[in-house]
Amino acid sequence: MQAYIDQLIRDGYFAGMPKEVVYAVAMVLAAFIVLSVFVAPLAGVTSWLERRVWARMQSRVGPNRVGPQGILQWLADGIKNLLKEDLIPSAADAKLFSLAPYVVFVGFLCAFVVIPFGSQLIVADLNIGILYILAVTSLVVVGILMAGWSSNNKWSLLGGMRSAAQIVSYEIPAGLSILTIVFLAGTMSMQGIIKAQGWAPWDWFLFNNPFTFAAFFLYFTAALAEGNRTPFDIPEAESELVAGYVTEYSGMRFLFFFFAEWGNLYVIGAVATTLFLGGWQVPPVTSDPILLGVLQFVVFFLKAYLWVFIAMWVRATLPRVRVDQLMALCWKYMVPLSFLCLLGTICWMLVFPKGNQIFSVAMFVLGLLIVAYFFKRVVFQIRHARPELYFKPHI
Amino acid sequence: MLFDFANVLVFTALGLGFVGVNLLIGKLLRPSNPQERKLSTYECGEPASGSAWVNFNIRFYLVALIFIIFEVEIAFIFPVAAVFRRWIENGQGLFAFVEIMIFVGILFLGLIYAWAKGDLEWVKKVRV
Repeated sequence: MQAYIDQLIRDGYFAGMPKEVVYAVAMVLAAFIVLSVFVAPLAGVTSWLERRVWARMQSRVGPNRVGPQGILQWLADGIKNLLKEDLIPSAADAKLFSLAPYVVFVGFLCAFVVIPFGSQLIVADLNIGILYILAVTSLVVVGILMAGWSSNNKWSLLGGMRSAAQIVSYEIPAGLSILTIVFLAGTMSMQGIIKAQGWAPWDWFLFNNPFTFAAFFLYFTAALAEGNRTPFDIPEAESELVAGYVTEYSGMRFLFFFFAEWGNLYVIGAVATTLFLGGWQVPPVTSDPILLGVLQFVVFFLKAYLWVFIAMWVRATLPRVRVDQLMALCWKYMVPLSFLCLLGTICWMLVFPKGNQIFSVAMFVLGLLIVAYFFKRVVFQIRHARPELYFKPHI
Repeated sequence: MLFDFANVLVFTALGLGFVGVNLLIGKLLRPSNPQERKLSTYECGEPASGSAWVNFNIRFYLVALIFIIFEVEIAFIFPVAAVFRRWIENGQGLFAFVEIMIFVGILFLGLIYAWAKGDLEWVKKVRV
């Protein structure tokens, strides 16, 4: 971004203005555009889409009244929440209670600084990009713990404590899986990691070696748990904890927790895409920079959103795990496995310093076969489902 | 470099501002009619029995302790990870590998120790 602005200044667009002022205005403008044009509608539409997808998967209809197919439902929900009374329980710690949504929201929004939507389309390519994402998304734990503790409600406290234990535990496998990629790419910058991959699937880090292939699934699982998503949503398990750490929240404050949750879902997808799926890399089909930028954005967005969709799918399919199973899964299976992936990748790098193209292609073909078999099973299941379970697509 | 990190500051400020402005707009629009019953703590409709600020289970503390050790370890490996490829190109890959192995191995021993002591069990069996 700085290069652009320097170019504009050199072209004499901002003659007579101090450089710092131009920089500051540009930064605020960029942040505002990212928030209001991208993040807010994205989180909203994701909330609507998730409800629609679940509904379809459960033979229901879902929200379909506000706007075409109900796509404006999120705006209606937002306005409704804005007009609702905001209660702070008299027993609660009012300061912490009202501060918690700020912390959660900032922790999630700051991740968007380094998400690369295209070779030029990034707010700031920090040299510690991926470490920075790990760091700021950890703020969410602090916010959740603040919310849980300050509510002075037993449900909230239990939800907050469980959430903190869960998020910090799953941070370890997620961090170790991310480390395998940092080893391979030799850089922590998000753009650097993408540039170390190619547009062809066998140039992606996902198919680089069997250990990164496993690390990808470890990362995705751990990220789901960090985002408090089903099957790891015991912090807000409505069947046992009412609403977990948000039990006492109402109106806008309540909304911001879910805003962050749905936005975080996209951050998970975007990080997975950047690290493992080649990010915005597209085949060299055009030399027009604007067209190329649009193409890169579309490719990146779709790849990232595919994982958002899969997270919805998982949520509609799997039951919630119990708290002791959750901790055992993390510490007894995922942490040792991700250590194995890390060491395996290092060994692979020592044996094949330039990577092994033949193996990558074979991995890619294997991956395609797995996906094909999976879809064959899905089609089989749908064909053999009872006809009355079919949804009616036009309601 | 400073320009890049200034963006983080701007995003933080904007995030805070966004939440603040929304809550402020809401404050002007929404009703405010607090009553004693409304402001009471929710405990499934019953009057709340005592404060929720009580001692909580020690296992949360254990998890946090194990987490800290591993998180610090990860933070220490990150710089090594960033330069490891250059070490391989210099022909010193094996040396770096052995060093990483020693570092990771010690911590992995720690995990095995915690496991053997039963600290990874959520529900601990008490020996009678």
